[in-house]
Amino acid sequence: MSGMRIYNSGRCLRQKRTGSFTTIMFSKNGMENTTKDRPVQSADRRLFLRYAGIATGAILIQSCVDKDSMTTPLPIPGATTVDLGTGDPGILNYAYALEQLEAAFYTQVIATPYTGMTDAEKTLLTEIRDHEIIHRDFFKAALGTAAIAGLEVNFSAINFSDRASVLGAAKTFEDLGVAAYNGAGKLIKDVNYLALAGKIVSVEARHAAAIRSLLSPKTASFAGDDVVAVATGLDPAMTPLSVLTAAQPFVKTTITAANLPK
Amino acid sequence: MNLFKIFQDIEAIDGDATERLAYYSRRSLLGLGKKALTVSAPVVMASVLNEAYAQSTSVQDVLNFALTLEYLEDDYYQKGNAAANLIPAADKAIFTQIGKHETAHVALLRGALGAAAVAKPTFKYAATTFTDYPTFLLLAQAFEDTGVRAYKGQAGNLLGMDVLTTALQIHSVEARHASEVRRLRGLRGWVSATDEMPAAVYAGEGLTTQATVDLVALTGKSADRVREAFDEPLTREAVLAIATPYL
Repeated sequence: MSGMRIYNSGRCLRQKRTGSFTTIMFSKNGMENTTKDRPVQSADRRLFLRYAGIATGAILIQSCVDKDSMTTPLPIPGATTVDLGTGDPGILNYAYALEQLEAAFYTQVIATPYTGMTDAEKTLLTEIRDHEIIHRDFFKAALGTAAIAGLEVNFSAINFSDRASVLGAAKTFEDLGVAAYNGAGKLIKDVNYLALAGKIVSVEARHAAAIRSLLSPKTASFAGDDVVAVATGLDPAMTPLSVLTAAQPFVKTTITAANLPK
Repeated sequence: MNLFKIFQDIEAIDGDATERLAYYSRRSLLGLGKKALTVSAPVVMASVLNEAYAQSTSVQDVLNFALTLEYLEDDYYQKGNAAANLIPAADKAIFTQIGKHETAHVALLRGALGAAAVAKPTFKYAATTFTDYPTFLLLAQAFEDTGVRAYKGQAGNLLGMDVLTTALQIHSVEARHASEVRRLRGLRGWVSATDEMPAAVYAGEGLTTQATVDLVALTGKSADRVREAFDEPLTREAVLAIATPYL
């Protein structure tokens, strides 16, 4: 399958390598069409292809080396390591990476609902999925050419058919997201970027509380003592290095944050 | 309660406030539903209406502004948690936890400010606030969502500072509280509809474009989802304009 691509008449914008299998997202009318609800997990390759096909009207052809790709300055090579970069764009890429992870996770959650998912839970989780997709696509658009490539995720530790496994992972991702934004805030130099991060972090905190409430309704868990410090009433704030260390097991792509502000 | 007197007071302090207040008075304060007006009470927020809050952006003033909001929340939950027959047994753990955090936030901010900390104002509430659970929940939601917006609005004044981190760490806890209280009321945990009440608390939450990016067009998601995905800040003046008639 190596070398096969999903073809559409738009430009080849991004290439993502999953083992020996290469998938490529294409632009449509000049805009990248990677925003629909697509799982990017290699384990769910077929589903991805189905989604991609729906989203782009794609057909499969052989060989990436064709006239189209020869005359187009892109594609970006599939990344196995991404460097988030420096300065504010680096911080935005850091946020973009985390939002990619969350969006991919919830996309999978909705694509393969766990056993016993109620209608109310599905509604809530679908809304969260959409928020994360919106966050992800916003950062990609805001970063423009500075955006890192799409990350390849690894959710092999999550049992998507099991409610406790899924909601436990969701709790981990949301709490981690909150701590990440809280820790990144002071690294941001541009007040407008800080404002944008501020607009998003509270939504992640709302998610975290809701997920925790699904797991432990009518308890203190939504802002539990396991996450909010008892003495100060503060949520955690984590450095990018700590956050990425915690997130890396869920990401195949190696993320380098060495050049981020400290 | 004389709203117009309060507006005049603010205007006397901040001459530029007229237009902003006109917006709130037209669109929000005077457009409040009857229920919201009946739960709002003539609470003394006069101590908040001072020059420092209206004009200065020093770190100390930011923290005192935050402290005032935390005083209010702490006071509110202390009274609510102490009230007999208000909070159902099933919800006690939730409000005990929220109240615990607000008390901790007050202590934290007072500790940071030291002698510069403002004194705790005297808050007054409508008679039914601590006897009618729906009223209590509605005000709790208003306080939490306003708190989230208030902290968010101050972040830029703390750019690059260590204290920004602390403010953000409080901010996200308030957002957790807001989510939980909203869900207790049968709402989404995230601010969604454009007609949420109290209206003044949610004025300006309806954006679907961020940093010039039209997110409905970009993502194909609904305007509701896009609005939910971003919480909007409020200026101190706007927080005061909202808080005063409600408190």
